[in-house]
Order: sequence, then structure tokens, then C-alpha cells
Amino acid sequence: MTITQQILQQLINGISLGSVYALMALGYTMVYGIIKLINFAHGEVFMIGAFIGFFSITKLGMDFFPAMFTAMIFCAILGILMERLAYKPLRNAHRVAALMTAVGLSMLFQNLALAHSWIGASAKGFPQVFPLQRFQLMENVNISSDRILTLAIAIFLMIALQFIVHKTIMGKAMRAVSLDKDAARLMGINVDKTISFTFALGSSLAAAAGVLFALNYGIVVYQMGLLPGLKAFVAAVLGGIGIIPGAMVGGLLLGVTESAVSAAGGSMFRDAVAFAALIIMLLVKPTGLFGKNVREKV
Amino acid sequence: MAKRFSALLQFALVLALGYAIQMAMDAGMINRYYAHVMTVMAIFVVGAVSLNLINGICGQFSLGHAGFMAVGAYTAAIITKNPDLILPAIFTGNVRFILATLLGGMTAAFVGFLVGLPSLRLRGDYLAIVTLGFGEIIRILLLNWDFVGGASGYFGLVRHTNFFAAFLLSIITITIIRNFIQSSHGRACVSIREDEIAAETMGVPTTRYKVIAFVIASFFAGTAGSMMAHLTQMVTPASFTFILSIELLLMVVLGGLGSITGSIGAAIFLTYAAEALRAFRAYRMILYSLLLILIMLFRPKGLLGTQELSYGLLKESFKSLRTRWQRKKNDDITAAAE
Amino acid sequence: MLKVENLQVYYDAIHAIKGVSLEVSQGEIVTLIGANGAGKTTILRTISGLEKAREGKIEYLGRDIASQQAHDIVKIGISQVPEGRRVFTNMSVTENLELGAYLSKDRKAKADSLKRVFEHFPRLYERRTQIAGTLSGGEQQMLAMGRALMSKPKLMMLDEPSMGLAPILVRQIFSIIKEIHKEGTTILLIEQNANMALSIADRGYVLETGKIVMQGSVQELLASEEIKNAYLGGEAAHS
Repeated sequence: MTITQQILQQLINGISLGSVYALMALGYTMVYGIIKLINFAHGEVFMIGAFIGFFSITKLGMDFFPAMFTAMIFCAILGILMERLAYKPLRNAHRVAALMTAVGLSMLFQNLALAHSWIGASAKGFPQVFPLQRFQLMENVNISSDRILTLAIAIFLMIALQFIVHKTIMGKAMRAVSLDKDAARLMGINVDKTISFTFALGSSLAAAAGVLFALNYGIVVYQMGLLPGLKAFVAAVLGGIGIIPGAMVGGLLLGVTESAVSAAGGSMFRDAVAFAALIIMLLVKPTGLFGKNVREKV
Repeated sequence: MAKRFSALLQFALVLALGYAIQMAMDAGMINRYYAHVMTVMAIFVVGAVSLNLINGICGQFSLGHAGFMAVGAYTAAIITKNPDLILPAIFTGNVRFILATLLGGMTAAFVGFLVGLPSLRLRGDYLAIVTLGFGEIIRILLLNWDFVGGASGYFGLVRHTNFFAAFLLSIITITIIRNFIQSSHGRACVSIREDEIAAETMGVPTTRYKVIAFVIASFFAGTAGSMMAHLTQMVTPASFTFILSIELLLMVVLGGLGSITGSIGAAIFLTYAAEALRAFRAYRMILYSLLLILIMLFRPKGLLGTQELSYGLLKESFKSLRTRWQRKKNDDITAAAE
Repeated sequence: MLKVENLQVYYDAIHAIKGVSLEVSQGEIVTLIGANGAGKTTILRTISGLEKAREGKIEYLGRDIASQQAHDIVKIGISQVPEGRRVFTNMSVTENLELGAYLSKDRKAKADSLKRVFEHFPRLYERRTQIAGTLSGGEQQMLAMGRALMSKPKLMMLDEPSMGLAPILVRQIFSIIKEIHKEGTTILLIEQNANMALSIADRGYVLETGKIVMQGSVQELLASEEIKNAYLGGEAAHS
């Protein structure tokens, strides 16, 4: 295997993994953009989405796409409920209170999953819904059908999101609210509804990411949201938190870097890459690759 | 002068009390299980009070306190287990343990500096995610470090920690952190919590104070880790997980953000509750996270608020209760008269 | 049309508005003048539903709107051009205007509104694809006004439209306000620039530290020595 082949192979793996991070990072970034909160429970929404997809296939006998759609709808509703019940009452409280609530929610979801008789502590195998095929692009460079599917769905969802955010009136309202809540209110925009919509959108993307992750790695487990959640957040910071295209680029960048590091023999350090990237970014340019250098306003 | 003398006297009396309890333990008047639980309580007091300095006093949000405990625990364990590593072999026994604990704290403080500096320059949210990530990374690194036993952990430590040692550490922690809070540095930290931007415009070097507080807190977390390791005589990557960070966080929240006495009380109470609820282990974290959410929703400053518990406060609340009761009685009398 | 009675507004412990009453009739231009910090903006924000009054009545077309949400108040025909313009800086001029008609579902009506706005502000038409944040101050003021017009308000409230603009631009903005008024929109105008405000208004109120200290027709206000000294004096020296 030549170096070029190896690089190409890792690039392919990295882009497919990165597209999952990107989907999740979008949720972080949209929510942060609109209410300036790191939604720590986002990783758990990802996990719950994966399990809803898993049970839809194994218990309800659904096909893959309907299962993924079910997971997305379920998590959209979960996202709305989460915001209404836990975050909305704290919108004017000290930021740390909202953050702690988010952490509490994350722990709550994880431990409810752990205590649930259908889920429990052990990992479960995600069914191979599509017969696995490998396509050889060139000598020693492969791509599996699952990877192609993941990338295709991720790209489709990102284009759909771009369309919603830029072309629909709800998307414009979202951007208006994240820019200036009072001015948005003066336009007749219902800010609460718009925030709910943002949570629904972000959570459904996390659910899709969860199902795709499970498909690629073949397992679902109650803790699966923790590390991907952390990494997706890093991806959001890399691109500039609050900036939607930034989250996409950040996700892909992180996915590729991670694959490259684990291929270079540091699979043990694979999970540390994201952390190192975060620290470096915070030191060098905390506003992210696409961020403008402005100080946070009061 | 008299004030300093009375403070010293108080300190000596408290230490004497701790020593008396230790003697009672040694004499078998307190059974070994309770002795163990009380020692754990004292260690958690150190963890909770130091975390309160970051989360309560400075209004920042750290989720990696257990990670700093792990750093301190492993550093100290390496020193006490290897008679000629890091410290010269002339230091043995409890002296070596004390020095190892100090070095464990210092290492944790150093790591705290490295982690805190980039994230504390920014708003509090970044610290939360960086410390969360840090906790995870430490765990992964320890899992893969064969010298300290990897996943199975580092075993066979000498049991240096007794109740008095943990008690002494908690008293030192409380004293130093209380003095820090009451100093001008501490007031600067509180101003950061109340309004960071205003503090900055008033000329408070916010980053510096945040980092100082974070480093102090990390130091004590490290020493608490060492105490814990030398109590349980082992340290594994699973000893100091995210869950422990959450438990410490809950102690701070229960006791009231910024209230030292509150943290002490909550640390004692939650350690006791964890023991009492051993049978419901599976549901403990569900309960904890629900508690955390509910407290934040209904009492965002923590269950007991920022007030310190003191004799004066007790007297005040007793008085107000009595007047209220009296008033109610009077109302009843007038109502009955009508 | 709009009737505010004994309005009391607090910011935490600060008593910002101490029992203000004012009235705007259909077809009028009413101005509210006062120094910085008098509470003019707070009154507008409270009418718009961005702040909640602790006490007092806000009646609009015969119904009490004091407890209504900001987005519902826009729906019944009150729109505000906020202080400091507050345009959506990272969106294009057209997108800003579209958001102004957020509540309208009717495509044709929206297109008509847009046309009308571009007629009032040809400059905005020229810049329709430009990002709002890159516009000049005067253009941003025009955009903020155009945006408020998009919802076809019956009552338009303007908060210091002259702020930070060159005199020539101020005159231009004020002549557009008159045009809008002629087309049938009632105007409530807040200004520090009392001269300009009184030159187009029918009636005026003078606000000092949260209280109305004087009210009357423009002629009455212009005749008052106190007003001349406190609000018009500096201006007279200029011209």
C-alpha cells in the first residue's frame, strides 16, 4: 500500500465519518446561535435517535429509511419538549444555571437509557440492513456501500437544511432571532416558536446522525452519544460556533484529521485529536475558522 | 492580635476534635465501616469545596473535577509505590505520602493551568466543554498507560489515609479557600460571577483571577485524589469518571452556589445518601440528574442559596420564625374574637 | 387610536416610567420629545410589547393590548422603527424587507408592499441585494423604515430616526415620514431633535425623567419659553 493510496483511503473514511459529525455539529451550532447555550444533551439526542432507529427496525420491522425518519420525528419532538420544559424557564437566569440543566438532562437521558429494560448496559448489534458491498476505486482504496449511503444522506440533509434556513420564511425567522431577538419580535416573529423550531431541526439532524453512525459502526449503546457529542461540539467550534456552513466544514475537517491520526498508528490518540484541536483553536482563533473577530456583546 | 489568637484557638480546637474522633476509631469505639464512610466524607468535602470555588464563587463551569482528582491520585500513587522514583528514597512512610500528596496536588494544579488558560480567556461555556473533554481524555490515556496498570488499574498502595489525615486536609482546604474568598482576589472573583463584562471594564483582570481560582481548585482536587487512592489502596481509570464530577457538582448545587458551609453539608449528606441508597444504585444517577435539573429550574442559585450557614444566620431565621408564629397566633386570636 | 393611561414601567428596582398618559388619534403625527434617558424608548418598547408595564392601560382601537405579546401587537397594525435601526446586518436588503412582512401570507400583498417601499426609497431598490450591514447609516435608517412599512401598519412608531445622521439626510428622512403619513399612516415620533420633530408634528408631549411635563399643539409648545430654552435653544444658535 503506497502512501498516496493510504492517504486517499483515509480521506474517504474521514469524510464519511466527518459528515456524521457535521450533522450533529449543526444542531449545536444552531441552538448556540439562537439562545447562546451549549446543549449538552445533544449527544444523548443522537443516542436516542440511534435507538429509535434500531427499535423501529428490530421491533417494528421497518425498513431503514422509514426507521430513520421515525427517529428524526421522535427526536424533533423530544427537542421541543426539552427546550420548553428545561431551557425556556432559564432563558433569563445566569448562564451557568442553564448549562447545569443541560448537563443534568444529558445524564438523565443516559441513565434512563441504562435503566430501561430494552437498552441496558451492553452494546447491541445494529442490523446490516443493506447487503454490504465494497467498491474498489483503485488499488487498495475501497469504499463500502454503507459509507456511500451515509455520505449521500448527510449531503442531502445538509442541502435541505441550507434550503430551509435561506429560502423559507421560518429559516429567515431563525436567522433574524439569532441576530436580534427584539428586532425579530418587532417583525411579528414569535420568538418562542422559532426557538422550538430550531431545536426540532437540530434534534432531528442529530437523530439522523445517530442512525447513520449506528449503521456504520454496527452497534448501539447507551453511552454512544458522549464522545461523538463532544467531537461534534469541537467541530462546531472549529467552524465558528453559530455559523452553519462552519459546522459542516468543521465536521469534515475533524473526521479527516481523526482518520489520518488513527491511520498514522495513533488509534489510541484518536479520541484525543478532537480535544487537542479544540485547545489549539481556542488559543489561536476562538471564533473559529469562519468567525469574525468580534467580542461578545452584553 | 486577639482576633488572630482566637482564630488559632478555633483551629486547634477543631483539630483536637478530629484527632479525638480518630482515637475513638482506633480504639474501636466507631466501627470500621463508619470510619471509612466518614473518611470518604472528609475527602468529598475537599472536592466539593474546591469545585465551589470555580462554579460557585467565580461563576465558571467545570465538568472535569474528577479528572484533576485522577491526576493527583495517579501522581501520588506512582510516588508512594516506587520508593526511588521522582522523590529520593530517603523519604519513606507517611512523610513520603504527605510529599506525594502535595506533588499530586501540584501536578493537578499545573494541568489545571494548562487546561484553564485557553478556555478561561473566553466565556464560561468553553470551560465546561474543555473540562468535560479533559476528563474523558485523561481516562483514555490512563486506560492505555501500562506502567500504571492500564484498564485494570494501579493496585497495592499502602493505606496511608486515615480519618484524621482526610479531616486535616479538609480543614486546610476550607481555611485556605475561605481566606481566598474573603481577600480582594475573592471579591474580584465574585464580581466576575455577577457580571464579567462590568468587572472587566472596572479594571479587574478577569482571566488572571479565573485562572488563579481554577489552579487553586485543581490543586485541592489533586490532593483529594491522592487521599482517596491511599484510602482504597488502589486507583483505576474508573475511580474518577464523569459521574464523580457530576456528584461533586450536585454537592455544590445542593449546598448553594458560593456557599462553603453549604458545600460541606451537601458533601456529607450526599456521601451518606449514596451509602444509604446502595440498594438502589441503578437509579441513583437518575435521581441525581433529576435533582440537578429541578434545583436549577426552581432555585438557580442552588438549594440553599449563596448564604453561609452560621450561628448568626440560625439565630436570625429562628427569630423570624418566632415572630411569624407570634403574628399568626395574634391573627388567630383576632379572628376568633370577630 | 392609541391611548396610554398611567403607564408605570420598572427595570428591576428602577422606576423608569412614572405614570405616563398620552393619546394618538387617527391621522395625526404626534411627537414625544425629551432628553437622553427620559424614558422615551421605554414607552415605545412597552407599547410594542417588548417591555411589560407594571401598571397602566394601553388601548389601541378600543382594546387593551398591555398584556399582549410583541408579535401579536405587530399583527394588529402597530409597527416600530427601533432606536439604532436594528437591521438584520447579515441579511440582504430584500431579505430584511421580507421579514418585515413576516406575518403576511399573501404573496401578492407582499409584492405590493415591496413595490411601495421601493417607491418611497429608490435607494433601497438600487441596493436590494446588498448585505444590510454594509449600508451607510442613512440607508440603514431607510431600510428600518421600509421594513416597518412592509407590515402595512396603521400606526408607525419611530424611535429617533435622525440619530447620527447628517442634516441633509435628516431632512430627507423627515420628508419621507411626511409622505408615509399622507398615505394614511398615523405616526408616533420620538426625537431628541425637537426642532425637526415639531416641524412636522401636529401635537407633542415633553417627557422628563419618566413623566410628561408638558403637552399641547405644536404652536403651544413652540411658544413656550421653557421648551425654547431646554430643547430648542441650542438649535436656534446653530441656524
